[in-house]
Amino acid sequence: MNSATAGSPVMDALPSVNADRLPLLLVPVLALVALPLMGSLSTWVTLTVAGLAMGMIIFIIASGLTLVFGLMDVLNFGHGVFIALGAYLAMSVLGTMTGWTASEHLLLNLLAALPAMLVAMIVAGGVGLAFERVIIRPVYGQHLKQIMITMGGMIVGEELIKVIWGAQTIPLPLPAAFRGALLLGDAAVEKYRLIAVVIGLAVFAAMFWVLSRTKVGLLIRAGVQDREMVESLGYRIRRLFVGVFVAGSALAGLGGVMWGLYQQNLTPQMGSQVNVLIFIVIIIGGLGSVGGCFIGALLVGLLANYTGFLVPKVALFSNILLMVIVLLWRPQGIYPVAKR
Amino acid sequence: MSAPLLRLEGVHTHIGAYHILHGVDLDVAQGELTVLLGRNGAGKTTTLRTIMGLWQASQGSIRFDGEDIGACRTPEIAQHGIAYVPENMGIFADLTVCENMLLAARGARRAQDIDERRLTWIFGLFPALQKFWQHPAGLLSGGQKQMLAVARAIVEPRKLLLVDEPSKGLAPAIIQNMIAAFRELKQTDTTILLVEQNFHFARQLGDRVAVMDDGRIVHSGAMAELAEDEDLQQRLLGLSLAAHQ
Repeated sequence: MNSATAGSPVMDALPSVNADRLPLLLVPVLALVALPLMGSLSTWVTLTVAGLAMGMIIFIIASGLTLVFGLMDVLNFGHGVFIALGAYLAMSVLGTMTGWTASEHLLLNLLAALPAMLVAMIVAGGVGLAFERVIIRPVYGQHLKQIMITMGGMIVGEELIKVIWGAQTIPLPLPAAFRGALLLGDAAVEKYRLIAVVIGLAVFAAMFWVLSRTKVGLLIRAGVQDREMVESLGYRIRRLFVGVFVAGSALAGLGGVMWGLYQQNLTPQMGSQVNVLIFIVIIIGGLGSVGGCFIGALLVGLLANYTGFLVPKVALFSNILLMVIVLLWRPQGIYPVAKR
Repeated sequence: MSAPLLRLEGVHTHIGAYHILHGVDLDVAQGELTVLLGRNGAGKTTTLRTIMGLWQASQGSIRFDGEDIGACRTPEIAQHGIAYVPENMGIFADLTVCENMLLAARGARRAQDIDERRLTWIFGLFPALQKFWQHPAGLLSGGQKQMLAVARAIVEPRKLLLVDEPSKGLAPAIIQNMIAAFRELKQTDTTILLVEQNFHFARQLGDRVAVMDDGRIVHSGAMAELAEDEDLQQRLLGLSLAAHQ
């Protein structure tokens, strides 16, 4: 075995593989193109960090959805309900720890935020398990029914949120140490946005590690390409799918917490409002591609912030415009998954 | 003929509104290479997919190694020891050759866990796989992909290999390579059910042959008999061996 792996004379003699790195340049290119338009470096830094933070949160929410589609061709338009659920649960958990969230002490804030995130992820994952069993499973392979029933599921979920927490907008203030901004030269960078970038990078790194370094990740990547062959090799793809669906729902719950803290107020419809953005991201990235989803989310986040500052009217449709441009360039998204 | 490892009796398969297999009876003997011949649309691929559980038989029985596997799902059938090489090869194009092999080695969590002796033997059969071990499988040529597909099926010992048209679209030199590989595989007493349209390829490998037409087995017997009987070839396959060569 080892004779065949890297380090052997045969392997050393091989030509290098031409990986598709062009899409990796999109994010820095967009940021650099925006730089001269901003007028000042400090504005550019502020907007870039805000865009990256927004992109990271969208990535956390969308990454599970793209794998769910890639593995089983399931169009889950109910994904938004896990976002709202996560945000409301976090609000409830944080509400019990106001002493800690009001403290200026970062450690106490983190000790309050971490359980809120964990509870959001666990409950969203559990609800995701039930959602898959009751709503998704009867409609495998039937896209139209999937759209109808998952949207219906989301409406029911939103109504249940109204029953439990009420229909009114509820404020979700940031823990005290997360508020305010750091000054980098003349640029003011909000602390929470930096935290969102760090958490987003950590989630991306964890997903990258699982997908590229573990057998489960290998199975997921293979299943996205050809699930029939994965089954022919002796693996139960449905179990894998359920696992991915639960993980995706949990990530949406985490994303919901972060989105809620980003917006600082909650409405039962907050998930369905983000839904459109998520679908734009996974289409831009290439359905089933986590790497494409990451790049797509960052592009969407940056563009929304840049256009919101430069041409606010364009910001209303900038993401749709971005999707059109990307699809004209690569009709199956930035990183099309082989065989799809 | 030794005892059948796989036995199909009266197998019918429907795909949607279409009735594809009309009562297939087929025995695959232990340790032999059985070739399933027939024209396009005769039902050969459907037979393999039905055995693998990718399409469910609507009637009849499929017994493997003494067990009824007709109602089993595909992963269970694979776990019984059946490996499947589909007509499109089923290569995971975005994964490396190493990762493709690792997936097929169910007991291995990392590439280092794959049986080293077996891998050395496979590299002896298909040296290109060693050369391109860390390359994405999608970059391989058609012949190399076919080698990977077969290698993946034998990376762990299997009781039965189902191989669908391994010579399809391959250059003559690669076909000779595949023939040599299957000959060596036969030395290991692996039981193989091979679907082919290329009679020249099939004749060099097959111990036994079954010919399909219109979803039924219309002939079965020793390959040597069919290879020697041009009238029978003409009747069953429409062409003599000479015309195939």
